[in-house]
Amino acid sequence: MAIKDIPVEECYIPGSAACPGCPATMAMRTVFKAIGKKMIMVVPACCTAVIESLHPNTSFDIPTMNIAFEAAAAGASGVEAGLRKQGREDITVVAWAGDGGTYDIGIQALSGAFERQTNFIYICYNNQIYSNTGIQRSGATPYAAWTTTTVSGKTEFRKEMGEIIQAHHPPYAAQTCIAYPEDLYKKVKKAKGIKGPKYIEIMAPCPPGWRFGMEKTVEMGTLSVETGAWALYEYENDMVTFNGKSKLILEGKIKLKPIEEWIKYQGRFRHLFVPKKDTERLKEIQDHIEKMWERYRSCYL
Amino acid sequence: MTSVMIDTGNYIAAKAAVMCKPDVVAAYPITPQTTLVEGVANYVGTGEFKGDYICVESEHSAMAACIGASATGVRTFTGTSSHGLLLMHEMLHWAALARLPVVMCNINRVVGPGWNIWPDENDSISQRDTGWIQFYCSSNQEIFDTVIQSFKIAENLNVSLPVMISYNAFILSHTSMPVFVPDQKDVDSFLPKRIPKWKLDVENPITFGNIILPHEYEKVRKDMQEAQEFALKLIPEIAKEWKNKFGRFHGDLIEYYKCDGAEYILLSMGAIGAESKVAIDNLQKEGLKIGLARVRALRPFPQKEVVKLSKKADLIAIDRNISVGMEGALFSELKGSLYGKSDGKVHGFIAGLGGKDVPFGDIEKMCKKVIDGKTEDHQIWYGFEEV
Repeated sequence: MAIKDIPVEECYIPGSAACPGCPATMAMRTVFKAIGKKMIMVVPACCTAVIESLHPNTSFDIPTMNIAFEAAAAGASGVEAGLRKQGREDITVVAWAGDGGTYDIGIQALSGAFERQTNFIYICYNNQIYSNTGIQRSGATPYAAWTTTTVSGKTEFRKEMGEIIQAHHPPYAAQTCIAYPEDLYKKVKKAKGIKGPKYIEIMAPCPPGWRFGMEKTVEMGTLSVETGAWALYEYENDMVTFNGKSKLILEGKIKLKPIEEWIKYQGRFRHLFVPKKDTERLKEIQDHIEKMWERYRSCYL
Repeated sequence: MTSVMIDTGNYIAAKAAVMCKPDVVAAYPITPQTTLVEGVANYVGTGEFKGDYICVESEHSAMAACIGASATGVRTFTGTSSHGLLLMHEMLHWAALARLPVVMCNINRVVGPGWNIWPDENDSISQRDTGWIQFYCSSNQEIFDTVIQSFKIAENLNVSLPVMISYNAFILSHTSMPVFVPDQKDVDSFLPKRIPKWKLDVENPITFGNIILPHEYEKVRKDMQEAQEFALKLIPEIAKEWKNKFGRFHGDLIEYYKCDGAEYILLSMGAIGAESKVAIDNLQKEGLKIGLARVRALRPFPQKEVVKLSKKADLIAIDRNISVGMEGALFSELKGSLYGKSDGKVHGFIAGLGGKDVPFGDIEKMCKKVIDGKTEDHQIWYGFEEV
């Protein structure tokens, strides 16, 4: 499919309070197009709680309920049950949360909902930080990245949420990126047609959070995939299938771009380059990615 | 036809809840609430409960799921106790601010550490400010009747607030009593289908709970206050309607027991409230002019009613709870209600914390201490200070 095949109809309407270059809004717009108007969205504390605009206005043309930070998946479980009891299984229930609300504070409710086989789509837009509160470290923040709570760079590597999800054996899970709207659209569309818990995680480079120019959001997304910091894949019937450039990387048909190609544009890694290059930490990051891909190859090739 | 069911408070609560036909029950087990959720689960097995029973992974998620379901316009029920209630705290505020009529039983249990599963009201007392309507029950029949009445109160469009029905651990939750159970069709005619105040609706998309500025938020709080004030009038009306339909009455905001001509009124809640009746009978036999006002509704608090009582009698409060650094909740509420409106005296006792038994003999001693004029101007810890 091509961009021109994505529906013209918009549920993401004017009035958004997002920052310029915001990846969450780009992703949400595509998600709305993939699911259509028959959806109900549950949003925990995250940037979207601001993006959706101030009461009594809204920038969403779909019913949306805000809920507490750790409660997205549990709230969505309730919405799903309530709709099912009213015979409205034609409505897609979506929990839409950031990485903080998914990897950290919301992981218990998320795991519970997946174990219970709740029929919903859980979407995590991952900007690798607590962005709404002003750039703090999350479980998704990469090693060495500056945040306001890791001022010399994070000292741990991020966790693999996708693999934690796979341990629940859901009928469908996927990783995608805002730089590939067709990929995002296809994956969401596919998830919509499958019963049970579905998980989609979207790499969402955040200009103010990562300290890069607002015109570079898509480029940062593309480079996250090309450097192997992020992978595009689908998980179905206990099988992981890599796709797009990630498939070519997995199969060794294209080489990983050096991680420096991605992080040199991001102010959050500036301390690795000035006043002098921190070759040790740069190597640690590169080695970690290489190791991750070796593991991917041994598991999924 | 009305039947008689002999069972524990928890199974009685489960029966009442299922007869209200909730569409969604989301619950997590905690002693001593477990038999309540097992009771509901059992009705799933027998087919009597046709709603969806979500076995969530925590009480926080139980309340979040009830909120999500209630927001789609359906009826929801849950139950918890002690630490479970405290874990829900954030979502209790959320349910009330979202104006969702979730109904929940809370089995009053001690809060740890140390671990203790006996009755104590500090769990629900510490949730007084969440916006929930709070009832305290004194018998299994009252639990049954109050659960059904609560849905009608919560779902009234002028109220649209969640309701918490509290009853003491083990004394009621695990003690069997005979309870009159009406026909399903009579419950159905008493409790109509819920018409939601607002709901998540794809045909009418709204964004609920987004950022709200101070002046708008203040209105939300004021609306909640007005809803609680409306409930002050509605609770007695519904109690009366119940009495006319089913012939049973446990009081409205307050249950008055032998208050005519009383010079002293004992105020207590929950199981101590039931035990107090025996104490009042004995004290009256001795010729003492004392009656009982058992407080059923702590929120909304019956301020006018207690002011009225204080104009004829001195008030004696027994609290099975303590706001550490201040005093027992009922003692505080009474004094606050009387200020500027009555010169009546209020005497306070703390008793039964940690599940310590409070038999009628002890209640009589407390009352006599006041009547003999031996109380100081402070709250007495029964059992620690000489009574």
